Amino acid sequence: MSARTGSIRLERASGYVILALAGAFALYPVVLIVFTALRPETVGASGGLHFENFAAAWEEGNFGSYLGNSAIVAVSVVLISAVLASLTGYAFGTMRFPGSNVLFYLLLLGMMVPSEAVVVPLYFDLRSLDLTNSYVSLIFPQVAQSLAFGTFWMRAYFRSASRDVVEAARMDGAGHFRILWSILLPMGRPAVITMVMLVFMWTWNEFLLPLVMIQDEALRTAPLGLSNFKGQYTAGTSLLAAGAVLVALPVVAVYVAAQRHFIRGMIEGAVRG
Amino acid sequence: MVSEPPAVGARRRAGRRGSGPPGEPRAVAYLYILPGFLIFAGFMLWPLVRAVGLSFYEWDGLSLGVWVGLDNYRAVFTDPGLRSPFVHSLVLLAFYSAVPIVIGMALAGLMARGVSTGSGLRGLGFFRTVLFLPQVVTLVVVAIAWRDIYAPDGPLNELLRALGLDALAHAWIGESDYALPAVGLVGTWVGTGLCLVLFLAGLSKVPRELYESARLDGAGPVREFLVVGLPALRGEIAVALTLTIVAALRTFDLVYVMTGGGPGTATTVPSYEVYKRAFQDGEVGSAVTLALLLTAVILAATIAITRVAEGADR
Repeated sequence: MSARTGSIRLERASGYVILALAGAFALYPVVLIVFTALRPETVGASGGLHFENFAAAWEEGNFGSYLGNSAIVAVSVVLISAVLASLTGYAFGTMRFPGSNVLFYLLLLGMMVPSEAVVVPLYFDLRSLDLTNSYVSLIFPQVAQSLAFGTFWMRAYFRSASRDVVEAARMDGAGHFRILWSILLPMGRPAVITMVMLVFMWTWNEFLLPLVMIQDEALRTAPLGLSNFKGQYTAGTSLLAAGAVLVALPVVAVYVAAQRHFIRGMIEGAVRG
Repeated sequence: MVSEPPAVGARRRAGRRGSGPPGEPRAVAYLYILPGFLIFAGFMLWPLVRAVGLSFYEWDGLSLGVWVGLDNYRAVFTDPGLRSPFVHSLVLLAFYSAVPIVIGMALAGLMARGVSTGSGLRGLGFFRTVLFLPQVVTLVVVAIAWRDIYAPDGPLNELLRALGLDALAHAWIGESDYALPAVGLVGTWVGTGLCLVLFLAGLSKVPRELYESARLDGAGPVREFLVVGLPALRGEIAVALTLTIVAALRTFDLVYVMTGGGPGTATTVPSYEVYKRAFQDGEVGSAVTLALLLTAVILAATIAITRVAEGADR
């Protein structure tokens, strides 16, 4: 009896040690950058935590403008792709029409094609239309990418939604759009919220597309602004770290607030894919 | 065989159609998918078609392109400057895929065992949240944090010196021998939490009685996991492989921000080479060819893994 509880206790203790080590490994880079951001910018300045670095990064580092651009792009991509993905997902999930299989496989292809493959021709085409260096060049390519995942995601929801409810509504004379708008979408809020959060994260963190499309400093998104800021300073400055914290914060905040949605969404999205 | 009254048969058929995929035929479906497909076609399919077209040209992005047939494709297999990015990808695969899957599985086994024995490791939800965090941090930020860690007088070298291992201190991302593994380790950091969470979800579906019966047979923790847990994870392993392999093949942000492909060409990867050729070297044709090959490799890997996993399921 005592030997058994002893071995369980030992197992539990070693379990905690291993988990703590793994947790420390996962947290260390994040903690490091937060602490660097709070260090005095100039050597010899007084100790303590220097929150003014964030204000300095916001103003002098221009991160206020970068974050604003990212917000505009992310909100636009999220709104447009959520609406369009609901419409396409509804059609693929509840209706039969010739060509639906081929069209759906095309969308699946879009989920697998890396943005590297489309970004080069896209740049030259948009340049000839004089559309590089614009929000349009950031928003629509990302809507196209998110739409592939979003359609796939919403289709799965619409297929799983109870057919009885739909049948009952149809008996009552509700049209297809009313069924979508006032029955299925309100019922599917969890699915929509998860999709919105994932698309927000992907859009906010996107780097290659703005790197290629944007030359105008006033239009830089947060990751691009940070990368350029890095180019001007040496490693380890607190201003750079403060900027980095500001750039990562929105997605991390959403993650911490809704991590169950987030993790479940990423797993289900991946497993179904 | 008893024949059914026709009405029942008809109802059955109707029921089957209702419960199966898509409902009744509707032309209005095209209206629903039209706006989405216009954007998808314009900003995904058309550029892809254009990429194929451009791959047959030598073009600097400004002047008139020259038709070169399949030369760009031939170059990938003969030009070592084009081959080495893919070789580097293979090295990254070990760090992005193999290591996170092994570590993630060990941690998931540990955490699931705590639940199944009732020896109750507490705070598992907290550890899950922490370990998954690297997945959501902007990669440019991740790159900046790790650049500091790898700096000549950064925390990693300080730790080694404090342990009296001065000889092991390196410039890491500044030395050609170490730069690629150093980037790879960041991939390990990013991917482990994802694998862990996938495997935890898989293990949570294993009925507790299976563990108990294995334990009654005298299986230790490791054997118990190998006999009960591992077989249940086949699908999750396939998903983890797909996601991490695609992430490894698509590495761009980390390399661009941490090393710029250097020192020399020690850390060039396909995506970085695509960017560099198209926008710095003025070799658009060669860049899109590389991008298309990368796409083909990603598609092939995804399909192959899915096939193997489904085949094993049968």
